[in-house]
Amino acid sequence: MKILIKNGHIIDPSQGLDGMGDIFIENGKIKEINMKRKAHDAKRKELLKSSVRTIDAGGLFVMPGLIDMHVHLREPGFEYKETIKTGTGAAVHGGFTTVCCMPNTYPVHDNASVTEFIIRRAAEEGSCTVLPIGAITKGQKGEELAEMGTMVKEGCIAFSDDGSPVMNSLIMRRALEYSRTFEVPIISHCEDITLTDGGVVNEGLMSVTLGLKGIPAESEEIMIYRDIALAELTGARLHVAHVSTEGSVQLIRDAKNRGVRVTAETCPHYFSLTEDAVSGYDTNAKVNPPLRTDIDRQAIKEGLRDGTIDVIATDHAPHHADEKLREFDMAPSGISGLETALGLSLGLVHEGVLTLKELIEKMSLRPARILGLDDKGLKVGSVADIVIVDLNREWKVDPGEFVSKGRNTPFNGWILKGMAAVTISKGRIYEQ
Amino acid sequence: MLKTKDLLGIKELSGEEINLILDTAAGFKDVLGRDIKKVPTLRGKTAVNLFFEPSTRTRTSFELAAKRLSTDVINFSVPTSSVVKGESLIDTALTVQALGADLIIIRHSSAGVPHFLSKNLRASIINAGDGTNEHPTQALLDAFTIKEKKGGIEGLTVAIVGDIAHSRVAKSNIYCLTKLGAKVRLIGPPTLIPKQIEEMPVAVFHSMEEGLKGVDILIMLRIQMERQGKGFFPSIEEYSKNWGITSERLAHAQRDVLVMHPGPMNRGIEITSEIADGPRSVILEQVTNGIAVRMAVMYLLAGVRRS
Repeated sequence: MKILIKNGHIIDPSQGLDGMGDIFIENGKIKEINMKRKAHDAKRKELLKSSVRTIDAGGLFVMPGLIDMHVHLREPGFEYKETIKTGTGAAVHGGFTTVCCMPNTYPVHDNASVTEFIIRRAAEEGSCTVLPIGAITKGQKGEELAEMGTMVKEGCIAFSDDGSPVMNSLIMRRALEYSRTFEVPIISHCEDITLTDGGVVNEGLMSVTLGLKGIPAESEEIMIYRDIALAELTGARLHVAHVSTEGSVQLIRDAKNRGVRVTAETCPHYFSLTEDAVSGYDTNAKVNPPLRTDIDRQAIKEGLRDGTIDVIATDHAPHHADEKLREFDMAPSGISGLETALGLSLGLVHEGVLTLKELIEKMSLRPARILGLDDKGLKVGSVADIVIVDLNREWKVDPGEFVSKGRNTPFNGWILKGMAAVTISKGRIYEQ
Repeated sequence: MLKTKDLLGIKELSGEEINLILDTAAGFKDVLGRDIKKVPTLRGKTAVNLFFEPSTRTRTSFELAAKRLSTDVINFSVPTSSVVKGESLIDTALTVQALGADLIIIRHSSAGVPHFLSKNLRASIINAGDGTNEHPTQALLDAFTIKEKKGGIEGLTVAIVGDIAHSRVAKSNIYCLTKLGAKVRLIGPPTLIPKQIEEMPVAVFHSMEEGLKGVDILIMLRIQMERQGKGFFPSIEEYSKNWGITSERLAHAQRDVLVMHPGPMNRGIEITSEIADGPRSVILEQVTNGIAVRMAVMYLLAGVRRS
């Protein structure tokens, strides 16, 4: 199939592209990028003679497909929450062309047979590229290292015990050391669970007022500090998942200034919401780490602005409606985030926190670089993973329209400005 | 008239609404003093005690209050319910509503359960204690007792002593008493008083002697034996030595201080028998007033037609 994207504003900081132009796609790959007006008029005429699907991107931005480093696709084991098919469907609906899935499935993705299963399933049913993240330890129990090397061979691109932090510092040290063999990042869910002690919301006046057990910011910060220290000790690549507090941003900023190999991500809910969202015991706003205070929210934005935080990831965590329709402290944590992430993040561009180029870096280029994906970006010969963004279209979040099975969102009814108008993933077109 | 169909907490009430409940309760207290202690006010209504935590005192008090109002009352408690068969809370609650409950009196170990049911059910919800959030009828009966004994609440100094962090009684009392114009002090070890509570209009003390100086009302909280060995304090004995109320300590308070306790008491631990049974104690009167206050709440929620 041949596709011509014409009249769009092509923008890809990694390739130095920023201007009007056409992109021609053939057999799922980018065949030609033409930024010169005259040449492409002639070329266009020639193309239009053959059978070409033309997408008019007039008034829109054409950029590299978004890459989400942190999603939960739930398959295998929790198909009632999400499947690889529905999760990747949600991804392309939200403008993502690559997602990295966390290993807390059932069975846990701690061995190469699960890696193989996920990759095969994604090839059969997935709308976008799926890159699996394997468990650091067997069963995510924090006791014994999982077979990283075997999983890397099968296609794992990073390791994480997301959801159940590696509490034993020696095991974490060994994991970081061992990961150097394969030059893959260790993605750390930083939480001292002894300090969390069953907490369910941010510790503060809100937790006291609601009578819910609080999780102090220090629960996250102590572990970030530990992992930074271990990254420094081992020289390994540490990526800190879902940063939520002011103190965490400062710890990572200081570490980067010292030259530690650390990168970090945050999620749209940490710069869009505060703990106020849980008042009224809204289980859709229950997430781990918990929503924090406005001081934290502002610090996250500053961290994104000054580059301390490299990546915006969704931590897409779909759950079944019945699981959220229950007692607050027994409801599972998580937000179904793939289909609101771009709209919320474009808010940062409209607010002036980030430029559009910087946003593309946070949502596509930096994740690619951290994960060692060299073939990403708008360049001739690359897989056609492209998102065409309408920066100004206003739309209302309606979970009923999600492709994801998870309708658990605290953003129901929000008016967002900006969306993915068209996503092209592996050369296939998904339109709104 | 109350603004909502439910009593979820004192947090959600205005001072006016609290006073309306207390005034209504005064009328019902008269009924309780009569030879025939029953009125037909809520005949034909159905109340369900939906208790997910063991409770005898509060459940019995609600049951008696309902009976005094001629309400049909049913007790639905965990060990005999379908919850043990794995039914979800919402299904249990919807079932209770479908049985015809006008009032659902809920106690649950998770904070926010009454709020959750309120959003999903038509029946009036009365919070009989949710986790470490609130226990509004306890605070109302405490306020009623204070008002009855002291003539008013405004300007009084009230000290609440003990495990503030895990006490829904303390929380409801803080909201209730401050809304009615009292000054509230909290006394206990720092491990049992959350730091952030200082952002509320309260004064925090860690020493009994200092905190008790000049107080008009003393509310002693029950210390849970389960807190031992969890790092909140080294032992019950040490807790008792530092934060138990004794005659010597009570001498720091006003001479006409009232000593209250929501029960059940640990005699010899947070309170000595000398005080519990002494002239300053109003602990048993609290129990009696509890029925009048719960009658008032049920009447205002189910007996008054709301537009």
